[in-house]
Amino acid sequence: MIPELGHFALILALLLSGAQAFFGLAGASRGNVAWMRAAVPAVTGQFVFLMLAFGVLAWSFVQFDFSVRYVAMTSNSLLPLFYRISAVWGGHEGSLLLWGLMLATWSVGVAAFSRSMPLPFKSRVLGVLGLVSIGFLMFMLFTSSPFERLVPAAPEGNDLNPLLQDVALALHPPMLYLGYVGFSVAFAFACATLIEGRTDVSWARWARPWTLAAWLFLTVGITLGSWWAYYELGWGGYWFWDPVENASFMPWLAGAALIHSLAVTEKRGLFKTWTLLLAVVAFSLSLLGTFLVRSGVLVSVHAFATDPARGLFILGFLIAVIGGALTLYAWRAPLLKSEAAFELASREAFLLFNNALLVAATGLILLGTLYPLFMDALNLGKISVGPPYFGVAFLIPMVPLLMLLGVGMHAAWKRTRLGHLKRPLLALAIVSAVAGLLVAAFVYGEVHYMGAVGFAVAFWVLSSTLLGVWENRGQLGKAPAGFWGMTVAHFGVGLFALGVTGVESYRIERDISLGVGETTTLQGYQFEFMGTRDVRGPNYRAIEGEVVITRDGKLVKTLHPQKRFYASGGNPMTEAGIHARLNRDLFVALGEDLGAGKWSMRVQYKPLIRYIWLGALLMALGGLVSMTDRRYRARAPATVPATGGLKGRVA
Amino acid sequence: MTPRRKRMLAVAAIVIGVGAATAVALQAMNENIMYFYSPSQISAGEAPAGRAFRLGGLVSAGSVERTPGSIEVRFTVTDNARSIPVSYSGLLPDLFREGQGVIAHGRLDDAGVFKADEVLAKHDENYMPPEVAESLHTPTAAGGAS
Repeated sequence: MIPELGHFALILALLLSGAQAFFGLAGASRGNVAWMRAAVPAVTGQFVFLMLAFGVLAWSFVQFDFSVRYVAMTSNSLLPLFYRISAVWGGHEGSLLLWGLMLATWSVGVAAFSRSMPLPFKSRVLGVLGLVSIGFLMFMLFTSSPFERLVPAAPEGNDLNPLLQDVALALHPPMLYLGYVGFSVAFAFACATLIEGRTDVSWARWARPWTLAAWLFLTVGITLGSWWAYYELGWGGYWFWDPVENASFMPWLAGAALIHSLAVTEKRGLFKTWTLLLAVVAFSLSLLGTFLVRSGVLVSVHAFATDPARGLFILGFLIAVIGGALTLYAWRAPLLKSEAAFELASREAFLLFNNALLVAATGLILLGTLYPLFMDALNLGKISVGPPYFGVAFLIPMVPLLMLLGVGMHAAWKRTRLGHLKRPLLALAIVSAVAGLLVAAFVYGEVHYMGAVGFAVAFWVLSSTLLGVWENRGQLGKAPAGFWGMTVAHFGVGLFALGVTGVESYRIERDISLGVGETTTLQGYQFEFMGTRDVRGPNYRAIEGEVVITRDGKLVKTLHPQKRFYASGGNPMTEAGIHARLNRDLFVALGEDLGAGKWSMRVQYKPLIRYIWLGALLMALGGLVSMTDRRYRARAPATVPATGGLKGRVA
Repeated sequence: MTPRRKRMLAVAAIVIGVGAATAVALQAMNENIMYFYSPSQISAGEAPAGRAFRLGGLVSAGSVERTPGSIEVRFTVTDNARSIPVSYSGLLPDLFREGQGVIAHGRLDDAGVFKADEVLAKHDENYMPPEVAESLHTPTAAGGAS
């Protein structure tokens, strides 16, 4: 009976999303205040019913209700409580429910924190969100209801894919979806602006905190996924340029571009139409990501099910949303012209380059991701685009982007004026270049071409960011949150570059065969294999190896990599042994028994890899700090002077 | 310089930059495209010599051979019609098993052995790479390793 309640709640939520779309859009266009007001309770109701549906599904998992097909598919009676809860979004149907719930959560947020917006605008925003919600709830109800029953009930569940039984991965989908879906808010703001033909730029100020929020969740989600892949997949890689990873990375890049162009639009009234288009693009890429992952067009670990009906539905939805928004854009955008002018080295110009380069990176990744699909569809052969392509395609725009970032941060709005910062910046650039070369040559002992460039660029971004803080040392107390957000995020970008450079240029990876008592040496670390033993966990048994790492005869760490066999059967899992330090990770994964007392083993030295995730988390933190800026909370549109008193102004 | 000329210069710089970047990216793309070939296609001589490609099929039953204690491994990959010998040095993925679908990246050597530098068996035991699923021949009496 309980699962049917969930299904019923889903249907009610769908009806309410219809009401939300209708009252929001029709109310605003007819100027009917009562209708416009009605959109808010519709949003709230939808949220409540989706929470209910979600709660019901979680309850079915907690209660081991294997009469529900989805529960039987993704859990079993040995699964610990925590993973039974996370199993709610461990499969296709449940993750869609999570998607829908996230959308309703964002909608409720917009309804609650939008006092500064005029009522018609707010109700149009809610109306557009309602339309998106209708699409998703219909998709769920018609093709993938999580509440479908199994008759007769299964005596035992199938188990959650053991790969997913992990804390980071339990949190990865909710964060990622909060990000994906969060771009729907910027999208709805853009659509509402286009519908109204608003020529002012207040929408940009309203949209900024929402866009920051979506982007920061996406950042955290991607980071968790990358971290998980590193320690759980047993390969020691942090990013594979897998199509599904790309699907989450493209909206991230577009979102980063959007954050920066919103700043220009808000502060200077420039790039108006471009910013609107970016908002549409960021959400479209999120939907495309969902389509690629959920339709089974790309089959990988992320694609839970392949069902042509689902693929067609999402494709139709995708075309409706993107086509609709672009038509609206083509029709309305010419009304919005930007009037201001700016000079070549002004902050606007730097942000323009930022956008051009971020969009270029997005485009190149999109090309590499979709190209194999087109080739296959046109029967031109089955191809795959190898990771080296993405490496190159990503670096081409990123290196100039980071070089410009160091200057752009200090540029003034409107005019070319670096003033007294010219000399310090030039000095920093030279020092960074030399330091990059020196670190490559003396710390890592090899002037790897990309290594030296990468370190130099990373030092340049880090030092230039710190220069911004130094410049304002007298007035840091008064600095707005936006300044701190920018500083923290850009510092994160520098650390990220540092980490990627270290790993990509100087990692050492070795697959070897080791007998008990045998050793191998990597970068001065000696790995000695001590043997294996059997161990037991709550729902698995494992073979555990023992590897003692020493350096110059001193013990560094004893690692215990495992090969796990889950009770539910299926594939063995590799649990790597990792010793993490800020300057490097040592990574050992156990392979298989090779006979003759030997085991195959993967031993790796990963310099600076922690900075990749640390940098990414700082970027997210920067977004969070920026969100708290006071001017987003102002009730009435506050006029912020274009050139404030603070040097190295906030964007 | 007049502002107009400055702007023209900026536009020209952007066009040249984008053009150069596109050229480099397309070159990278061209170098990194890997085609997929089934054992039958390779036997028919369709696979390029000296260029990396992907080979996919099932790991033939009873074909996995190791020298005890060594990380070198040899096996054959079949599409139930033809088989190709593969040699690989490194850790095999958790899901690598005889009779299972597998995709290997690498190139053919002069002796017709596929030297793999990467072996993938995806993360789900029910998963069959789509290229492999399509390229499989129905088992016949002649090639019947099922």
